[in-house]
Amino acid sequence: MDLVKIAQESFIQKRETPVFKAGDTVTVYYKIIEGNKERIQQYQGVVLQRKGSGLTETFTVRKISNGVGVERIFPTQSPKIDKIVVDKRGIVRRARIFYLRNISGKKARIEEKRS
Amino acid sequence: MSGIIGKKIGMTSVFGAEGKYIPCTVILAGPCVVTQLRTKENDGYEAVQLAFEDKKDKHTPNAMKGHFKKTNTTPKRKVVEFREFPEQPALGSEVKVDLFVEGEYVNVVGTSKGKGFQGVVRRHHFSGVGGQTHGQHNRLRAPGSLGASSDPSRVLKGMRAAGHMGASRIKIQNLEVLKVVPEQNLLIIKGSVPGHNGSFVIVEK
Repeated sequence: MDLVKIAQESFIQKRETPVFKAGDTVTVYYKIIEGNKERIQQYQGVVLQRKGSGLTETFTVRKISNGVGVERIFPTQSPKIDKIVVDKRGIVRRARIFYLRNISGKKARIEEKRS
Repeated sequence: MSGIIGKKIGMTSVFGAEGKYIPCTVILAGPCVVTQLRTKENDGYEAVQLAFEDKKDKHTPNAMKGHFKKTNTTPKRKVVEFREFPEQPALGSEVKVDLFVEGEYVNVVGTSKGKGFQGVVRRHHFSGVGGQTHGQHNRLRAPGSLGASSDPSRVLKGMRAAGHMGASRIKIQNLEVLKVVPEQNLLIIKGSVPGHNGSFVIVEK
């Protein structure tokens, strides 16, 4: 077996991460340390992609903030992430939806998955 | 210095205490077999000879076959001597990765990646010729002057010049051991280690 994977597993802290993929709208609760105080910042947006595996897996969240597109990349296993909440499940046809960067307004809507 | 022979597996990153990424190297360290004990009476110095990684019988010279037969082990690929083990291991016993503990600092020796024939800018960090204008056109990365003229009428020894770079023995000192995984014989070390993935390294305590 891949020894790097085994090495990574010895560091992974088991915790629940919800199942989500590109096109889903998520809220990331991210711990921010200011001086010696800690607070939790929320960041809500559409997941553009998930990348990598194991400890080094990341996901990109895009949101429109004051008319400007903002993208943030979070390491999925980061201890700074308090929790991830999936708000909406979207229907998209690909695993990486970078086309979303080039469209705006009504075109940038993502159809919601109804269960 | 006591130590162990290992193999560089590859690099990855893990999360530190503050949630920051720490780059680290995974090393498959040991298990090594003690194949010979050098003694003051016989050899003039004290050392422990370790051997690592099995190889096939047919790839082993007869002389080495006999050497490994003395300790009843299979032929090994890499044989290294270490001085000053804290407690002398017995002949034929195994030295394992539990020699190391989390948080201690080690030195790692390896053979760096070969870079081939390189110019002075790459090899010795010369700055090259400053600009591309003022009539200069074809010596952007030239070394410049090699020294004075008729006195001494020669190039002084040790003048840095272009040549073969890399593929040399390099020791990196004071690397922190992040984790020891005894079940898989893995050693996870903070930072980078010389050499290609899959190359032999010596981890010194």
